[in-house]
Amino acid sequence: MSAEELVSLGAQAAAQALASGQIAAHELYEIYRSRAAADDLNCFTWVAEQTPAPPAASPLGGVPLAVKDLFCTEGVPSQSGSRILEGYLPPYTATAVERLLGAGACLLAKTNQDEFAMGSSNENSAFGPVLNPWDRSRVPGGSSGGSAAAVAAGLTPWALGTDTGGSIRQPAALCGIVGFKPTYGAVSRYGMIAFASSLDQAGPLTRDVTDAALMLRHLIGYDECDATSLDFPGEIALPTAERLDGVRLGVPEELTGEGIEAGVLAAFHATLALAEQLGATVEPISLPHAAHALSAYYVIAPAECSSNLARFDGVRYGMRTEAAGDLTEMYTRTRHDGFGAEVKRRIMLGTYALSSGYYDAYYGRAQCVRTKIVEDFRNVFADVDFVVTPTAPSVAFPLGSKTADPLAMYLNDFCTVPMSLAGIPAISIPCGLALPPEDRNVTEAASGGGLPVGFQIAGPAFSENRILETAFALEQAIGFDGGTVRA
Amino acid sequence: MTTTYEPVIGLEIHVQLLTRTKMFCGCELSFGEPPNTRTCPVCLGLPGALPVANAQAIHFGLMIGLALDSELAPRSIFHRKNYFYPDLPKGYQISQYDEPLCRGGRLADVRIHRVHLEEDAAKLVHVGASGRIHASDASIVDFNRGGTPLAEIVTEPDLHSPEQAGQWLRLLRATLRHLGVSDVNMDEGSLRCDANVSVRPEGSRELGTKTELKNMNSFRFLERGIRAEIARQEGILNEGGRVVQETLHFDPGSGEITSLRSKEQAHDYRYFPEPDLAPVAVSETMLAAARQAMPELPSARAVRLQDSLGLSAESAHLLAFRPELGDYFEQALQSSPDSTPSAGAQAQALANWVTGELAKRLAPEESPADSKVSPEAITVLSQMAAEKQISVGAARQVLDRLVAEGGDPRTLVEQEGLAALDGGDELRQIVRAAIAANADAAQRVRAGNPKATGPIVGYVMRETKGRADGAEVTRLIAELLG
Repeated sequence: MSAEELVSLGAQAAAQALASGQIAAHELYEIYRSRAAADDLNCFTWVAEQTPAPPAASPLGGVPLAVKDLFCTEGVPSQSGSRILEGYLPPYTATAVERLLGAGACLLAKTNQDEFAMGSSNENSAFGPVLNPWDRSRVPGGSSGGSAAAVAAGLTPWALGTDTGGSIRQPAALCGIVGFKPTYGAVSRYGMIAFASSLDQAGPLTRDVTDAALMLRHLIGYDECDATSLDFPGEIALPTAERLDGVRLGVPEELTGEGIEAGVLAAFHATLALAEQLGATVEPISLPHAAHALSAYYVIAPAECSSNLARFDGVRYGMRTEAAGDLTEMYTRTRHDGFGAEVKRRIMLGTYALSSGYYDAYYGRAQCVRTKIVEDFRNVFADVDFVVTPTAPSVAFPLGSKTADPLAMYLNDFCTVPMSLAGIPAISIPCGLALPPEDRNVTEAASGGGLPVGFQIAGPAFSENRILETAFALEQAIGFDGGTVRA
Repeated sequence: MTTTYEPVIGLEIHVQLLTRTKMFCGCELSFGEPPNTRTCPVCLGLPGALPVANAQAIHFGLMIGLALDSELAPRSIFHRKNYFYPDLPKGYQISQYDEPLCRGGRLADVRIHRVHLEEDAAKLVHVGASGRIHASDASIVDFNRGGTPLAEIVTEPDLHSPEQAGQWLRLLRATLRHLGVSDVNMDEGSLRCDANVSVRPEGSRELGTKTELKNMNSFRFLERGIRAEIARQEGILNEGGRVVQETLHFDPGSGEITSLRSKEQAHDYRYFPEPDLAPVAVSETMLAAARQAMPELPSARAVRLQDSLGLSAESAHLLAFRPELGDYFEQALQSSPDSTPSAGAQAQALANWVTGELAKRLAPEESPADSKVSPEAITVLSQMAAEKQISVGAARQVLDRLVAEGGDPRTLVEQEGLAALDGGDELRQIVRAAIAANADAAQRVRAGNPKATGPIVGYVMRETKGRADGAEVTRLIAELLG
């Protein structure tokens, strides 16, 4: 098989070819290793220097895997995109990574990300921004931007990411690939450098729905090291559905109107029409509290992060700025030098929200909103099987265009945050291309061009298999071609 | 005119639980191992590590709640208490806040406010002359202790003197030790006590401003510290000043009290529910297991010893509240050959031997179970004395030997020829000789002064090396002089 043919194989196809002996694990790994080493999108914070020994017979048989920087990997830099953890080598490996390696995946690289997963554009990384392979002047989304761009550009067959308010789904949408955030608790968080504990969840970024199912199959399951992890009922099956007869899709008015780019909405509605052709019914629904989700999220997540990031104090590991004065000065200087602006902003927001006298007004109230959002979803799932929305309100935007305006940046999570707060599973699949608004007037005529749009499907807790079937049927009908951006 | 003040004292007690592993990770508890050898990513607060609550610690917490007659919460939650310090690797301590494991309760005459679970901090060692963090050359951290399970027990302000506080803390310690949930050793820090102290004019119902006296690591220091703080507060009030709410440090060396921080400098701990842990849901099974594991508590034991064995209230209390004595006593009692009609009297005699003569011969806090005197030996000794096979004096001599070397009292009595002289001719001869040698005393006894027998009895005891039974000697004197 030629190098080009090998790279064209998705993870599932590669695993099959490896199992049947059509291709050799070290050959596949070496091709990806050299591609990753030559990456000019800044997708990686670390790339393996050697080809590992091929694993013994295993389900994944040596398929290379890229892993987001924030997963602890024993002896391999795990920095969560932050200066404060530059060069940090953990003494242990995160459960999620260990499970994939145990199933026969081979660690290829660690991927760039927004610092501590805080961001929607990957511009908050201490190791520089990642470029979108569809248009190098644009962001790949975030915070799992390195993972998404690397998968889209064919620098890895697939990648592991994390999603707190949309950090898998939004970059998957902006890079034209599949991203799946599982039910909260389905995948162990042990060894994931925490951003917001009650929201963080690991999941796959892949070229197609089948690969997402395959990775998810090996990720899920109870972990005695994570008290919030859950026993997943049953197994993840590889999807096969061709039709969507009887499937009821709910379209929430609150997440599909104002604030969504016209091109994105057009692609979304075209996908709904396709779903109806496959036998699905499309119904308008209401998530009355969804409008408040973003506000609640930007209280809860910073509050948790302000506490989670307290351990980075320069005492035991990571960076330390030596200070002539006392202990407090050492803390202050280390954290001043080690954290980026967005991280500091959220630590301050969160510290304020938890302060005595303000707790009830902010954190307490945000938790009430969260409960309301959980109820909203429970109510709609009595009537429909899935809630569908555009994944992100826009296509990939130009680098630097939102860095000066945190609120505009936060709006990227508008459609993904409600599912995170409710802890329910959601997938983003590419559903077409759209021109960005600033190019619309100029280049509308230049058909064929455009940037990827993501279609989000969310279901009740543990509906992963049903979501995958639905996404698979739609994927086949859409026929999105992501191969064009593979270098 | 100076006002008389009434002290009002509440205690906050931290107890290290004797679980196998730490509160939130699988590291075994440390008992003097080399520094930083009982650690893992979780108790070192490494990035990505997550806590998992120790079921045995929750079980012990429930047992403490049952012992203190607390209300056990069906659902309690862990909170994060956020502050920066090098002995706190995560930058927060996992503790409990407004939904603790146990609420309310009582032990003797002191009400319990709450009992909750948390993790211990690591140990800081300051290198250099000062020994404190200020002006030290360096500070090093030993994380072996970090993450050890703690139960924090908070009382209501129901104590009114340093002595009462000390006494109540001893009672609490006896109770916890009896539960087997902790070493409760103040020297080693497995029992630590802070005191909230205020004073108010005698007769007033209002509470004065309180101060918090930190970490007094012995009963003596606790009492001395509280005493000094009461005196300090009274001094301030008598001079027309006002007590400031603050946290204080008592230096047992100098007796000085210094301020650690005032109310204005108090931390804002930014408590919020620990998102890495699920709420503790106490199931019926967990409750049943805790009840099942409960030993008999001292108060119940005192009642039982009194009611079923007929012990005096004093003996029953002593045996119940010093469980090491009580357990030894009950073991000894079981080794009695049979229960006779005089069982009650025998039990009381045995109790007297255990709580009196034996306890007196042991080091303070030493358990008789750890001594060379076996429970069987003390039973045999008590019976020999009761049956007048040996005199009380001889029995004491035997006990001295038992404490020093152990062994069987019967053999010792035989070896030393300590068997009591019965009322036979031998003793009668010695009493005769004693009367002859103390003619004056004999004269006075004849004249109607029974107390004058002293020198005669003394003579007999010397001659018999204490083997003679005192009552028998008195009877013989009366008979011979009668």
